[in-house]
Amino acid sequence: MSVATTQISIQGSEPVFHVIDEHDHPEGASTMLGFWIYLMSDCLIFAMLFATYGVLGGNYAAGPAPKDLFDLKLVALNTTMLLLSSITYGFAMLTMEKSKIGQTQLWLAITGLFGLAFLGIELTEFAHMIHEGATPQRSAFLSSFFTLVGTHGLHVTFGLVWLVTLMVQTARFGLTTANRRRLMCLSMFWHFLDVVWIGVFTFVYLLGMLR
Amino acid sequence: MNPDLVKMIFGRLNLEALPLHEPILVGTFAVVATGGLALFAIVTYFRLWSYLWREWFTTVDHKRIGIMYMILGIVMLLRGFADALMMRLQQAIAFNGSDGYLPAHHYDQIFTAHGVIMIFFVAMPLVTGLMNYVVPLQIGARDVSFPFLNNFSFWMTVGGAVLVMMSLFVGEFARTGWLAYPPLSNIGYSPDVGVDYYIWGLQVAGVGTTLSGINLICTIVKLRAPGMTMMKMPVFTWTSLCTNVLIVASFPVLTAVLALLSLDRYVGTNFFTNDFGGNPMMYVNLIWIWGHPEVYILVLPAFGIFSEVTATFSGKRLFGYTSMVYATVVITILSYLVWLHHFFTMGSGASVNSFFGITTMIISIPTGAKMFNWLFTMYRGRIRFELPMMWTVAFMLTFVIGGMTGVLLAVPPADFVLHNSLFLIAHFHNVIIGGVLFGLFAGINYWFPKAFGFRLDPFWGKLSFWFWVSGFYFAFMPLYVLGLMGVTRRLRVFDDPSLQIWFVIAAFGAFLILLGIGAMLVQFAVSILRREQLKDTTGDPWNARTLEWATSSPPPDYNFAFTPVVYDNDAWWDMKRRGYRRPLTGFKPIHMPSNTGTGIILAGLATAMGFGLIWYIWWLAAVSFVALLAVAIGHTFNYHRDFHIPADEVVRTEDARTRVLAAGAQT
Repeated sequence: MSVATTQISIQGSEPVFHVIDEHDHPEGASTMLGFWIYLMSDCLIFAMLFATYGVLGGNYAAGPAPKDLFDLKLVALNTTMLLLSSITYGFAMLTMEKSKIGQTQLWLAITGLFGLAFLGIELTEFAHMIHEGATPQRSAFLSSFFTLVGTHGLHVTFGLVWLVTLMVQTARFGLTTANRRRLMCLSMFWHFLDVVWIGVFTFVYLLGMLR
Repeated sequence: MNPDLVKMIFGRLNLEALPLHEPILVGTFAVVATGGLALFAIVTYFRLWSYLWREWFTTVDHKRIGIMYMILGIVMLLRGFADALMMRLQQAIAFNGSDGYLPAHHYDQIFTAHGVIMIFFVAMPLVTGLMNYVVPLQIGARDVSFPFLNNFSFWMTVGGAVLVMMSLFVGEFARTGWLAYPPLSNIGYSPDVGVDYYIWGLQVAGVGTTLSGINLICTIVKLRAPGMTMMKMPVFTWTSLCTNVLIVASFPVLTAVLALLSLDRYVGTNFFTNDFGGNPMMYVNLIWIWGHPEVYILVLPAFGIFSEVTATFSGKRLFGYTSMVYATVVITILSYLVWLHHFFTMGSGASVNSFFGITTMIISIPTGAKMFNWLFTMYRGRIRFELPMMWTVAFMLTFVIGGMTGVLLAVPPADFVLHNSLFLIAHFHNVIIGGVLFGLFAGINYWFPKAFGFRLDPFWGKLSFWFWVSGFYFAFMPLYVLGLMGVTRRLRVFDDPSLQIWFVIAAFGAFLILLGIGAMLVQFAVSILRREQLKDTTGDPWNARTLEWATSSPPPDYNFAFTPVVYDNDAWWDMKRRGYRRPLTGFKPIHMPSNTGTGIILAGLATAMGFGLIWYIWWLAAVSFVALLAVAIGHTFNYHRDFHIPADEVVRTEDARTRVLAAGAQT
């Protein structure tokens, strides 16, 4: 029934089998979707690392346990740095919307500094643990801890490299469409790392202290 | 020279790494080197390097990248099959106190390499190649969403293949089986470079696969022609979409688990070790969370190919389109809920095992629905038994057997008996050869005229078909018998002489398959020589149904001069039925992406980094890594990555096609 009606309606008017007035595909129309999918694939890597930590995180092998190692105050400070960097990135995006290039760069720079502070504190924590003999080789718990937290740290590091690159490109070429799109992608990446860190903070540090 | 300095420069690479003491490898090397030199000489003599670089290596055209994937897959098929033939020969003669002709050290590398190559560097490139070639054409697009990324993905796959091939002549490959289970694959039991080749080969190729998955998802979601709603997409596009979703949702798991294994091997962490709290079964779980979806990544596109072929060669609309789509989606989801059936013997208990046993059996329901859909499509159709259709029928018969033995293995108590036996080997070859490979052959024969403008020779194709199909049954049915008798996989020598006859039959089957592969290569050669007789000027040699047949064969760079508008599932059939006329005027400049050499450079650097890491040549790894970053960042400073094909060039191309079509209509 429905087949018949569609045929009649089409027969009534001459069917058009191609787009006559064609426009170029706007450049980067799929980039946001593509980047989202990439982030989800990255998220899966973290999911695996969380799962590994979940399974192996209690295997101390007669070595140190979370309570012996974690300094919650330090981690709280660290978390604050990363959360603030997300907020400042948000300000960068707001000023980008208003096409204020100087302010955008300023907020990006502040974001980068917070990111650096986060990394610095994390490295201090790692150095302290390793100094106490709590190395990644010591137990499966420590292997999975260092890998999960370290992978996040590596992501932040690459985020910083990317941030500097984009700042240079913005300075050189201005807030062009391409650069806005790139800043948007980095924004998603940065917030994504923030979300992952919330998971790390809760699942590794807070629950670790309760264990 | 100072030994410390040598070690710093060469890592653990030394002359011992060259397998000069293994005559088989020396012979292989001689053959490969001669062939390689001959190829190099020919390309140089005909001054083809700059053409290859300009038109192929740096291309961002999805069609050319698709063809390069296919070439990679077929070349690697020869390597993977050579391994198979060697194993069959070894097992056929290693009886009555004979040790066969392969030492254990070599044999173990062969079965590992066979599995790794066949899955990662044969099946994956062939599947990705077909998707790359066909999907944009089927949805009426100019190219994929991210053309540069596509080129990069391809070269990363090549980089992985290069590393695996290199292990043949420099050092050795893993001796662990294709999934490299720890603790065997850990540094204590595999201290040499074999597992490191395995890890970095797969990591480099895995990056390419993941990115290509993202690319094709975006392409299908974003670039469909107007009017092509999700439920009007051709089935091959649907199965490709599901496959790429599976790729993106499973390859990161492989990346992660191999990274953890590398940490164990390089840094000395304790993820999968036996002590300090490590847990080897964690690895087995994680790798099968990737591994099970992987087999559906391979078979779903094959299902799509069969759907296109059955509809085309039965001259009918596909039966049960909607159920086909839902079956595909259900398989996609279920493929994540069955991984534990690969190791019921882990002993996770009755409840867990029965859960995974039942989910596994449930997968046979959507698969069975597909089978009936194909059968009902053929029912009362005017079936033309051209090569693609022959492969499809062979698939339907063979795959059902493989599916049924799969359901048998899904019963945990039965699996406890059959685990790691030759019954399992027979089962998965039954579904991978009978499903994936037959599908790929159907697809190659089906789409070849689209890609090159002439058909493949049917005589040699049929010869290849009969050798392959009969060879398959001879090679693998004996393994079912042996498996039921309790023979386990990966054995090198046998005690019980009564088993020998089955291995001899299996070896005979492998020999038939060899003839099948030979006939296939002859088929390609003969078809190229007879291309004038086999020529197709219409662009639609099979009287097919989907959009890729609406354009010329081979399609112009821009695929379609005007973006098509779609009203029906079988868009091209619909256009033909309603008297579609090609537009002859009003052409406009067409916006296209530019070629770039960045992809091949990045992949080359990644391969060099992998090599450095494998041989502990730390300076090489570090330098390549820094260069990788620098080139990648440098590439982002290039903002001009596109150009327009001028309107008069489009006019010239389309006018030429008009003349060809007119000439074809007169004869």
